[in-house]
Amino acid sequence: MCVAIPGKIVSLDGNMAKADFSGNIVDVNTGIIDAKIGDYVLVHAGCAIEVMEKDKAQELIDLFAEIDELEREQ
Amino acid sequence: MEIREIIDYLKAYDGPELKFMEVCGSHTSAIFKTGIRSLISPKIKLISGPGCPVCVTPTAYIDKCAEYAMAGDSELLTYGDMMKVPGTHGSLSDLKGDGAKVTMMYSPFEAVEKAAADPDRIFAVAAVGFETTIPSYALMIDEAKRRGVKNIKLITALKTITPAIDWICANQPAIDGFICPGHVSVIIGCQPYIAIAEKYHKPMVVCGFEAEHILAVLYELVRQMERGEAKVVNLYPNAVRWEGNVKAQEVLEKCFEPDEATWRGLGSIPGSGMYLKGDYAVYDGGSRGLVRDMELPEGCSCGSVITGVLNPDECPMFGTSCTPLDPYGPCMVSAEGACGIWYRNR
Ligand code: SF4
Repeated sequence: MCVAIPGKIVSLDGNMAKADFSGNIVDVNTGIIDAKIGDYVLVHAGCAIEVMEKDKAQELIDLFAEIDELEREQ
Repeated sequence: MEIREIIDYLKAYDGPELKFMEVCGSHTSAIFKTGIRSLISPKIKLISGPGCPVCVTPTAYIDKCAEYAMAGDSELLTYGDMMKVPGTHGSLSDLKGDGAKVTMMYSPFEAVEKAAADPDRIFAVAAVGFETTIPSYALMIDEAKRRGVKNIKLITALKTITPAIDWICANQPAIDGFICPGHVSVIIGCQPYIAIAEKYHKPMVVCGFEAEHILAVLYELVRQMERGEAKVVNLYPNAVRWEGNVKAQEVLEKCFEPDEATWRGLGSIPGSGMYLKGDYAVYDGGSRGLVRDMELPEGCSCGSVITGVLNPDECPMFGTSCTPLDPYGPCMVSAEGACGIWYRNR
């Protein structure tokens, strides 16, 4: 129920955007984020809830760097 | 650190038994899909929590939705997951079969369009969800107000997760740490967990839904337990800011206020529900006071399942008299319910 799916903003008009989900273009409300065309956003219930910072591959590389960081703090 | 080292560490863990709760149903799904249990020591137990808003909806709520579906001048709009949850007179799906006006929606914004196009009917929206979903309802009702659309009613079963985590900590002290819900945390951030982590001395880690995220979160939780720590850590910084989505919090607070809510299987938790307030309250379709809950059907252990006392397959009905096609208890109904997930991944 709380799943949010990443899509890419392809057009913007005020608080309404069109987002691309693997080729499906869907209307998305962007009232609670600051989105630009080309951003990857997490979408839930017709609403973009956050802009993703990095692509997935980079995110996972950073995740393990973060764990190293946490270990070193000890 | 390499993922291989993390897997080796979790596989070799041989300390005291640890119980971690994944609060969110999407994490329960991800844990099955990725086969994480087979990669870690049997001494690390993963427990499914109450994080499926559909599964914790009380009977009185379904009955209220049914009233709108059966009244002559109204139509009920709902997400598909709600259709099969049992109410006093059957589920919304049963009622639809008998001719009641129940329509599936994919986004709450559809309701505004429908209501604007057909002003003589009431469009009642079954608004169910946690913090991830509440901002969509806030934006939608704000839009209805702005456009002067009056024939919309929200029947809300909107809940906030931190009072439920607090309830679990108080009532299920055997849980050692929490995998915090990733997409709820996108909205609320990490700060709200700090007070609970400190009060009960339990580590709480926010993470995403990939196998790597879950392995990382388990490693972090085990390491904190070994060191006797109870810290809040964000391992999903790609989507979750420490302070959350402030704009979302603002629209949420503009339209909704907290009050008591009933959770199926847990009972009433003060301050855990969100209700339309002020100028927006005219859009409320009778959401307060929906406290009556069906006794769980005899033999159904959902109350124990969502508080981590039993695993779904320990319920005697599991897979015999209770399956996703013919659910007996609410946890089997939704795609995110713990029993349904366990069944589909047996
Ligand atoms: S298997 Fe069915 S009856 Fe048993 S706890 Fe789960 S939903 Fe309830």
